[in-house]
Amino acid sequence: MTTLNSPMALPSLTLLGQSLLSGLFIGALYGLLGLGLSLCWGMLRQINLAHFALAFLGAYLTYQLAGAGMDPLATLAVVVPCFFALGVLMHWVFARFSVSAFNSLLVTFGLTAIIEALIQWIWTADFRRMESAYGEVKFRVGALYVGLPELLTLGMAVALSLLTWVWLRYTYSGKAMRAIAEDAPIAAAFGVNVRGLSLMLSGLSAAFAGVAGLCLALSYTLAPGQIYAWLGVVFAAVMLGGLGNPLGPLVAGIVIGVSEALTMAFTAPAWAPLVSFSLLIVVLLARPERI
Amino acid sequence: MPGANRSILAGFGALFALGLAAQSALAAPSGTPVRIGSTLALTGPLAATGLVHKIVGELYVEELNRKNGLLGRPVEWVLKDDQSRPDLARTLYEQLITVDKVDLIMGPYATANILSAMGVAQRYNKVLIHHTFGTPSLAKYDMQFPTGGLAGDPDNTIPKLVFDALAASAKPPKSVAVVTSKFPSVHFISLGAREAAKKRGLREAAFLEWDFGNRDFGPIAARLKDAKPDFVWVGGLGLEGNLLIDAMRKIDYMPPLHFHLFPAPGPLLKAPGGENALAATTFEEHPPFTDNPVAVEFIRLYHERAAKAGLPDTSVENQSAISYSSWQTLEAAVTGAKSIDDKAIAQWLKKNPVDAIVGRLRWDGPFNYIYGTDLYKVKQNQNGKWAVIWPKEFTAPGARLITP
Repeated sequence: MTTLNSPMALPSLTLLGQSLLSGLFIGALYGLLGLGLSLCWGMLRQINLAHFALAFLGAYLTYQLAGAGMDPLATLAVVVPCFFALGVLMHWVFARFSVSAFNSLLVTFGLTAIIEALIQWIWTADFRRMESAYGEVKFRVGALYVGLPELLTLGMAVALSLLTWVWLRYTYSGKAMRAIAEDAPIAAAFGVNVRGLSLMLSGLSAAFAGVAGLCLALSYTLAPGQIYAWLGVVFAAVMLGGLGNPLGPLVAGIVIGVSEALTMAFTAPAWAPLVSFSLLIVVLLARPERI
Repeated sequence: MPGANRSILAGFGALFALGLAAQSALAAPSGTPVRIGSTLALTGPLAATGLVHKIVGELYVEELNRKNGLLGRPVEWVLKDDQSRPDLARTLYEQLITVDKVDLIMGPYATANILSAMGVAQRYNKVLIHHTFGTPSLAKYDMQFPTGGLAGDPDNTIPKLVFDALAASAKPPKSVAVVTSKFPSVHFISLGAREAAKKRGLREAAFLEWDFGNRDFGPIAARLKDAKPDFVWVGGLGLEGNLLIDAMRKIDYMPPLHFHLFPAPGPLLKAPGGENALAATTFEEHPPFTDNPVAVEFIRLYHERAAKAGLPDTSVENQSAISYSSWQTLEAAVTGAKSIDDKAIAQWLKKNPVDAIVGRLRWDGPFNYIYGTDLYKVKQNQNGKWAVIWPKEFTAPGARLITP
């Protein structure tokens, strides 16, 4: 049965503005979650499903450390290096066993299940919510409200995406990384340290997952089963943004977030996923070379 | 005097025999275990509540075995993880019956999984006692017995309960917004709430639906703020209500009154913005529920076990209480029927009510549901504790509905 939602009178500017902001912030989170995934997929040819599990593991670690008295932002000093090391280890294993792109999907799916089980074993399946001073802070801009956790998420997403773009575009190692993505054997022949740079990129991607975990912990209640709730929309952002493009997931994520938010604001909220996935289908049909 | 001595001896003999009989009645159960099979969502999105049911089941079976088991036999619970997936639940119930060859089965957690299990139970003519089936109209199997306290028409009974509570308050609302997840059970009850509000002459300020799993409640919160309803009915499951409250707080808005259908109770209790939230329940940790010594003992045991399992919230509330009631029903039925035969158990249940900790359960209506009345109450988050505020006979001591 289709049930019509209550018809809207002309929406207020406040509703429009607040919805835009809401879409912007959640889009930034999609972008942050998609950044590491896009880099691994586009440059290392590894479809790392475990990226989402790592993000949630990062969220739980943030929750645990914050519960022990650490400032949530300061937990990055612990989480980021640990996750970098984890990412390096993952890629070392993949390289050691010559795991192909398709096989990486299967292997990382298994890894996701293992990480989920680990999270559940340590923190149980029950809901966990990190209470922090950041959650209570919001800014008023005219009639609109901006929460500090969301602002931090947007800031981190933009900063990391931009820095990664600058690194890939303007630094020697970044250009070398792009060369590896284009043709690894030829890049090696030109003296590029394929193995070292690939390990570093994998480490960076996992570190980005850790940062995304902090943002998840700041804004959301955590439960292990929620790992899978983000898969569809973040994959959509990654594919729309173009694989290996560090700015792509952020821009695409924001487009998806804003389009979902505006759909929820002006029509039936239940139609929001229809909008984002329709966009994906249209773009993939028009530009299939994006993946 | 010989006659008097004989009487005294007979008296002692009778006492001795009585003592022996009492001792054998409390003797540890023995013999082949009665094997009860079920699945629960031990992993996956429903695992948080699945864990509650696991704890309750384990402690009930332990207590049964500490006493006399079932029909003097020990009880073994064969529990499998359905990973919150109805398709897996179906497969596992087939396995429990055909491979593990359990004597009896108990229902899993949540509507979709119970529906899967029901199909298997029907195929093998097994009685199915279950607790969390939210869409009674889909329960067409004659040997299924719900113990969750819901009526056959929860889309009438729950909204009636809530709107009656509001109408009896000092400041009944004049306008209502109904916002709901499209998860099947909460959705259809919320549609009932929409109809009930219309029939009572309340102005509908907004009606919004979202897909189960929605992450962004910002626009929905903004629409509610624009609509300014006196009362918001939140047809939410699990954390959805919390996400909506968070989104509303971020834009500096809270509705005067808000009701949450099936929330994750711990998070809603503790959430900033959750103060004075209303929710549905069958049991809370205060009188008159705790006038029942069985309930008191269950509360004590559950607190211990939940703390040991590391749950952040160890209080007994709706989910744990209806889970306990389902085991009480099974024990009563097996004991009453004096059999573990499924048909005998089913026939006994159709004719006999069971006094469980959530209230008197009975199954003498169409497809074992009662229509027009249920065991649900309305509770409110007052000073960080849940307190029932309606109906009056179940109200927590000194509590009343707090309205703005």
